[in-house]
Amino acid sequence: MTATQITASTGTGDTGRAAERSAALPTPGRRPRRRGQWAAWAFLAPVVVYLVVFYAYPLYRNLDLSLRDYTVRSFIDGNAPFVWFANYVAVFQDPTFWPALANTATFTLVSIAFQYSIGMALAVFFFQRFPLSATLRALFLVPWLLPLLVSASAWSWMLNSDSGVVNAALSAAGIEPVNWLTSPQWALVSVLIANIWIGVPFNLVILYSGLQNISTDIYEAASIDGANAWQKFWRITFPLLRPVSAITILLGLVYTLKVFDIIWIMTRGGPGSSSTTFAIWSYRLGFGSALPDLSPAAAVGNLLIVIALVFGLIYIRAQRRLEV
Amino acid sequence: MSTSITRTRALGALAIGAVAVGVLAGCSGGGAGGSGSTDATGGTYTFWDPYPQYDASSDWAKVIDKCAADAGVTVERTGFDTSDLTSKALLAGQQGDSPDILLIDNPAVSTLVEAGIVTATDENGLQVGDVAENILGASVVDGKTYGVPIGANTLALYYNPSVLSAAGVDPSSIKDWSSLNSAIEKVVASGKKGITFSGIGTEEGSFQFLPWFWGAGADLTQLDSSQAVSAVQLWTDWVKKGWAPNSVINNTQTTSWQEFQTGDFGFAENGTWQKAGAAKAGYEVMPIPAAKGGAAPAPTGGEFLTLPVQKDSARYATSSKIVECLTSTANVVDTDNTLNYIAATPEAQKAQLAKDPTLEPWIEAVGAAKARTGDNLGVKYPVISEQLWTAVQNSLTGAQSPQDALKAAQQAASSK
Repeated sequence: MTATQITASTGTGDTGRAAERSAALPTPGRRPRRRGQWAAWAFLAPVVVYLVVFYAYPLYRNLDLSLRDYTVRSFIDGNAPFVWFANYVAVFQDPTFWPALANTATFTLVSIAFQYSIGMALAVFFFQRFPLSATLRALFLVPWLLPLLVSASAWSWMLNSDSGVVNAALSAAGIEPVNWLTSPQWALVSVLIANIWIGVPFNLVILYSGLQNISTDIYEAASIDGANAWQKFWRITFPLLRPVSAITILLGLVYTLKVFDIIWIMTRGGPGSSSTTFAIWSYRLGFGSALPDLSPAAAVGNLLIVIALVFGLIYIRAQRRLEV
Repeated sequence: MSTSITRTRALGALAIGAVAVGVLAGCSGGGAGGSGSTDATGGTYTFWDPYPQYDASSDWAKVIDKCAADAGVTVERTGFDTSDLTSKALLAGQQGDSPDILLIDNPAVSTLVEAGIVTATDENGLQVGDVAENILGASVVDGKTYGVPIGANTLALYYNPSVLSAAGVDPSSIKDWSSLNSAIEKVVASGKKGITFSGIGTEEGSFQFLPWFWGAGADLTQLDSSQAVSAVQLWTDWVKKGWAPNSVINNTQTTSWQEFQTGDFGFAENGTWQKAGAAKAGYEVMPIPAAKGGAAPAPTGGEFLTLPVQKDSARYATSSKIVECLTSTANVVDTDNTLNYIAATPEAQKAQLAKDPTLEPWIEAVGAAKARTGDNLGVKYPVISEQLWTAVQNSLTGAQSPQDALKAAQQAASSK
């Protein structure tokens, strides 16, 4: 068995030699090769079936859903008419579209900007080992360990207009209380604050581990040349962390684009649609009322996938340029 | 070299993938309308309900078993989360393996009727003659009835007697909106908080707003009528004047109730399901007043027993027997008492009232209540409701005036 496996895995590369060998050997030499191919396919089958059942088919169904006009009746009898891009056109023309796009962009970009810069600052800070630094660093991981339901509920209690601790602190300091979750101007800011708090530990951990791969020799050499801390950061740390930063930001982007639970628990995308992002909008269309609007919901979901894909391609491009 | 190997393999995988997708897609098309539960072993009937909190040893499960035994069959019961059950029922309908009996939240009945997966009473033989018409309304579509209510709950106005008496308010003086307003004003003047409710941007928000909307004389087919504007204006003024906390915009009915439980509030709009806790805390209850006096129609809540479409129509007779047993006065009173429901037939209501006289305001409120999907609105209701809660939110936050918010809502609702 092992022998056939090896033949299979190196097959194509050794075609020349294998041909020589089969010429030298009597006819039975061909058979193990074909059997090997079958074995190879058999080994491949589990992962292929897995990919198809759990990835390819759902994606195909989602696409199909968004290109047909599904109502509850046609969902049951399976006779939904094919309408090309009518659902997408309807989504683009919906009065919720532009506000939701703006909210999604603001939510994602502002979250990433703050999560990354705060995470970077903390990583650099904790990289200078000092007493209790490990303990403090562990404490910063708490938001990451909590279930999102717990963090979001805690934030929505803290930001409650009338009985929240944040407004209590503000009025103690003589500042007018703010209707964090219930005013159209502040709702998005509130969910942003909560999301930044939740995302900082991820950035901290990845960037901190990236810092450990930078050789201390470089810093020592810089010190000898008389570089100050600021110069060391911008001339050594930041450029050498670029690959790590790129993957951190990409993962953050993909993750933040589809954030749903925090917003849903804190504001339900409201008041009105002032904190509605694409993820919230898609859910509202599909499951928000007693009458599911599945086709437009799938269209919005597909738009999210396309946006994430674009960022993924940009990343691959940037990475290739780095390698060259 | 190695990359070329990876590429060939990837191509192979893709090819297999493409074939498999085609096969699967074919299957799902042909598979619909498959065998399903009709082939289940003879004498076993499936029953889905939204009460996962009750296990096999609960009174609810026992009464089902008893009714099944009376009909000479056994019942296999599954409890689902309420929010999950509609989509589960739709999926089961698509796969052709619907349960024999489905107990489902009343606004979802018209959705299932629209989907064509539940049977009408003239087809399945269920008797609904005794049920109060206003409660039954949720399951009536185009003159046909599609289910039997297990019971009903609704909204009323709870008040805190100690807060009211300290403010010098006599609860019996509250008859209409203006007397309610002056009562709230007195409560606020005494240093307490006025009223709390749930104005969240979901179905819950519409559910809580409807008593005021209907109480003003407005109609769901005309969201921007002057009566509708006056109802939104009432809520908006309460928030603007600080009579209601700003948090109502984001309150669910549960968080609103928690606010009321602080003991700082004079009034709270909430449902039948809080009555046990309210009685313990010494809170009392009155029907929600209409704008010009009398009890405002509040929306009904509660579940309906429906019989989903089966391949073997002979099963309906047994299913009907089980449902009629479950909704018979002898059985339904105990069930409704455990579920905190008011019974749906006048006879069972009398039996409930004889056992517990404090139910009187609730029976009055349920008597005045209206089904949300009634008036033959059916599946138009969810669309209208979404626009209504959005308009209420936009007005409460001050983003739009009540007139503008409702005008936009009416436009959006009629364009869909």
